[in-house]
Amino acid sequence: MNNPQLTVLLPALPEIVLACGAMLLLMLGVFRGERSTGMVNVLALVLLIAVGALICRLPPGKLSAFGGSFVVDDFARFLKLLTLIGSVGAILLSLDYMRTQKQQKFEYAILIALSTTGMMLLISAADLIALYLGLELMSLALYVVAASNRDNIRSTEAGLKYFVLGALSSGMLLYGASLIYGFTGTVSFAGIAKAAGQGTGLGLIFGLVFLFAGFCFKISAVPFHMWTPDVYEGAPTPVTAFFAAAPKVAGIAIFVRATIVAFPGIVHQWQQIVVFVAIASMVLGAFAAIGQRNIKRLMAYSSIGHMGFALVGLAGGTTEGVQGVLIYMAIYVAMTLGAFAAILAMRRSEGMFEEVDELAGLSRSNPALAFFFAMLLFSLAGIPPLAGFFAKYYVFLAAIKAGLFTLAVVGVLASVVGAYYYLLIIKIMYFDEPAKGFERMPMSLKFVLAAAGLINMLFFVYPGPLLDAAASAAKSLF
Amino acid sequence: MSWPILSVTTFLPLVGALFIMMVRGEDRLAKGTARWVALWATLVTFAISLVMVWRFDSASAEFQFVEKYRWLGVSAYHMGVDGISLPFVILTTALMPICIIASWSSIQTRVKEYMIAFLVLETLMIGTFSALDLVLFYLFFEGGLIPMFLIIGVWGGPRRVYASFKFFLYTLLGSVLMLLAIMAMYWDAGTTDIPALMRHSFPLGLQKWAWLAFFASFAVKMPMWPVHTWLPDAHVEAPTAGSVILAAILLKMGGYGFLRFSLPMFPAASFDFAPLIFTLSVIAIIYTSLVALMQEDVKKLIAYSSVAHMGFVTMGIFAATTQGVAGGIFQMISHGIVSGALFLCVGVVYDRIHTREIAAYGGLVNRMPLYAAVFMVFTMANVGLPGTSGFVGEFLTLVGTFKVNIWVGSLATFGVILSAAYALWLYRKIVFGALDKPQLAGIKDLGYREMLIFAPLVILTILLGVAPKPVLDMSAASVAQLLENYNAALKAAKLAAMLVQ
Repeated sequence: MNNPQLTVLLPALPEIVLACGAMLLLMLGVFRGERSTGMVNVLALVLLIAVGALICRLPPGKLSAFGGSFVVDDFARFLKLLTLIGSVGAILLSLDYMRTQKQQKFEYAILIALSTTGMMLLISAADLIALYLGLELMSLALYVVAASNRDNIRSTEAGLKYFVLGALSSGMLLYGASLIYGFTGTVSFAGIAKAAGQGTGLGLIFGLVFLFAGFCFKISAVPFHMWTPDVYEGAPTPVTAFFAAAPKVAGIAIFVRATIVAFPGIVHQWQQIVVFVAIASMVLGAFAAIGQRNIKRLMAYSSIGHMGFALVGLAGGTTEGVQGVLIYMAIYVAMTLGAFAAILAMRRSEGMFEEVDELAGLSRSNPALAFFFAMLLFSLAGIPPLAGFFAKYYVFLAAIKAGLFTLAVVGVLASVVGAYYYLLIIKIMYFDEPAKGFERMPMSLKFVLAAAGLINMLFFVYPGPLLDAAASAAKSLF
Repeated sequence: MSWPILSVTTFLPLVGALFIMMVRGEDRLAKGTARWVALWATLVTFAISLVMVWRFDSASAEFQFVEKYRWLGVSAYHMGVDGISLPFVILTTALMPICIIASWSSIQTRVKEYMIAFLVLETLMIGTFSALDLVLFYLFFEGGLIPMFLIIGVWGGPRRVYASFKFFLYTLLGSVLMLLAIMAMYWDAGTTDIPALMRHSFPLGLQKWAWLAFFASFAVKMPMWPVHTWLPDAHVEAPTAGSVILAAILLKMGGYGFLRFSLPMFPAASFDFAPLIFTLSVIAIIYTSLVALMQEDVKKLIAYSSVAHMGFVTMGIFAATTQGVAGGIFQMISHGIVSGALFLCVGVVYDRIHTREIAAYGGLVNRMPLYAAVFMVFTMANVGLPGTSGFVGEFLTLVGTFKVNIWVGSLATFGVILSAAYALWLYRKIVFGALDKPQLAGIKDLGYREMLIFAPLVILTILLGVAPKPVLDMSAASVAQLLENYNAALKAAKLAAMLVQ
């Protein structure tokens, strides 16, 4: 690494390793055929963990590459590790599912690795071009995995729907980016911030709105959430778990970075949009989920609501707010992966089940699964002392500091409504008469469920590390 | 004083719960183990809490047995008790073993989970009363919803699902607003430490909003009219021990909250809103007493009487006189014992006949003389007969209120008469008369286990009625300091208002 030509690439080393590794795995898969699936999965896991280690080993402080369009700061490190955890979780969750559903495809793990590369690029993006590159790399891989069960009509429908709507949103985002470039004459976030500080043209605001529309689509915030329930329901369940975790992290990351870094001068303009989107997402997520009988659709609305809560932190536009968002996303990933591990355990010899009523009396037939799932649901509802409470606590703390009282009050009321449908599932598991039990959980699911459950239950015992990491990550952005 | 006695008291039940979790199986042995472990865990906790009483210096108004560790950055793990919270801690630890024994034979399904839920609940309740940090308090306060939700929903009566949801969502709705107020207080004072916040003086605007938010939470918990409707449902559907805990301890969290937060932290707002509290309290006392007269279900009747009795508590607290506040605390302790005991009395006959309809009973005195005597003691205490603990609390709150507002005091006194009406009516219907119902013909009197439960409660009811001094002394110093600060803050606020003019 003494060659100066190579040192400039150092900040991007984890991405480079991941991309090259994914291509190597692709070679392996192509030459060895379907037999290699197991090996590819394991190697992909190793690769992702190695990349995570590499991120931790990068020199501290703020690094940048490619003429400043790629930055690695604590914010990026934090979120990249989080995405990697999401991706590792998604692969772990898929191991057993693929085997029993006879969908052994080596491409799955590779596509996840490629998509993760895109997410990491997105998280580090410091100008509009890098942003778009990362976003598209992430999304293209996502479209394909959504349709990965290609003989299933629902899966292909999900993939197609996601693709068409995703392309539309990318178009809007590009349009917004071009407007911003046109009115400020630069694509770099720092440059935009400088230009916007001198005066806000209407064109810039227009660009901002279109840019936000694209972001909202990626994190499935209202009013760009329509694709979510269908795609969540149609995609194979491990893929849904992946959609619910890692891409959301990356989407929120770029949403936060772009808003905080590129538009600090026009807080009042974007604040209105974020407040509206947050309120609409929280309220819609809470109310629309009540009527859902399919647990994957329910999780879709739940994730819409959670994105609303995460945006509450951003709305303040302060360090505390960003810290809140980061804590929220970290806990959200843990809760989501755990919940999907429980959903994937809903299997009998006839096949997978997705109806909520199938969980009836789970506390009798499988007490451990029911207990962990119930704790995760209480956590998703934000009941203390579980982790989900702290997630909400920090974002609302920031909102109160910023004086956004309406937002905070609507938010907590929405969380009460939301608690209702989580309680409904717990009611079915604990109060109803037992239905037929599920098959034994495979080890990989048990591991994810137990890890997520314990993190959620014991977070309050030792919250220090996450809080400190989020604080330093948030500070690096300002 | 080297070991953290308060944390041990708080978390010992949790250790018991973890131990029960290790037990495998659903057979008789597992059930027996769960019961005995739960009983011993609660008994030892009780014993340790008695050590705390022994060491407690009641002459001091300061927080004692204080423990403080770094925790959430801004919020610390800060625990401690003073004269206001210690009686509630003791009430909790004392009632828990009784609840465990009361569930000994009446709970036969999922015994392990039941005992775990109760032990976890005990930890959370003790924690609520001894937390000295707002966030920590909120954690314990809200965390209690989870085990109680499961207790009502899993082991409850026919409408348990409705009751458990109503309980959970009502309480949650009140509490989330309090959470926002906690955050606003944090940004104003820069800390969530309760002793520090007590010394901080908040601006009047924030005081009012925060007071209302705390009120939303505590009024639901208390419960005050008109947000009391969850209580009868929850009481009726919960298993006996669940009702006992609900009536005896969970309701007291509301009153404790008013004493710990509303009065000392928002004195000016408390003064301004006192008429509101008085109005609601008087309505609660008279209206719910009248409603109680109309009930056909024993548990519902007692539930409404609880609401009425809590009216005395809120009235006394916000009268903000020494007698009123001390009476409020005493009334809460007394009501904890008496209403808990009344629910246990209902449980006794419910276990035998499996109905809670008043009309299904009558003439029990003929077959159950001992039961009739015990029930009589608690009925009289519920009415507030001198010589029982119920009298002291009601009398003190009324005296305290008369000093501040004669009208409120007079109207509330009517409630005492009404409570005599419904309580005696209930007693006559169930215990006296001819025993002509065929299903009652073979009913048996109290067994050993039941006598074991009732003996301490009867003794306490009469002892506290005759000699209330120990409890009053325990809290006297803290109450005096609370009111001193309250009056000083009011005076300062008035002075400031005059200066502005």
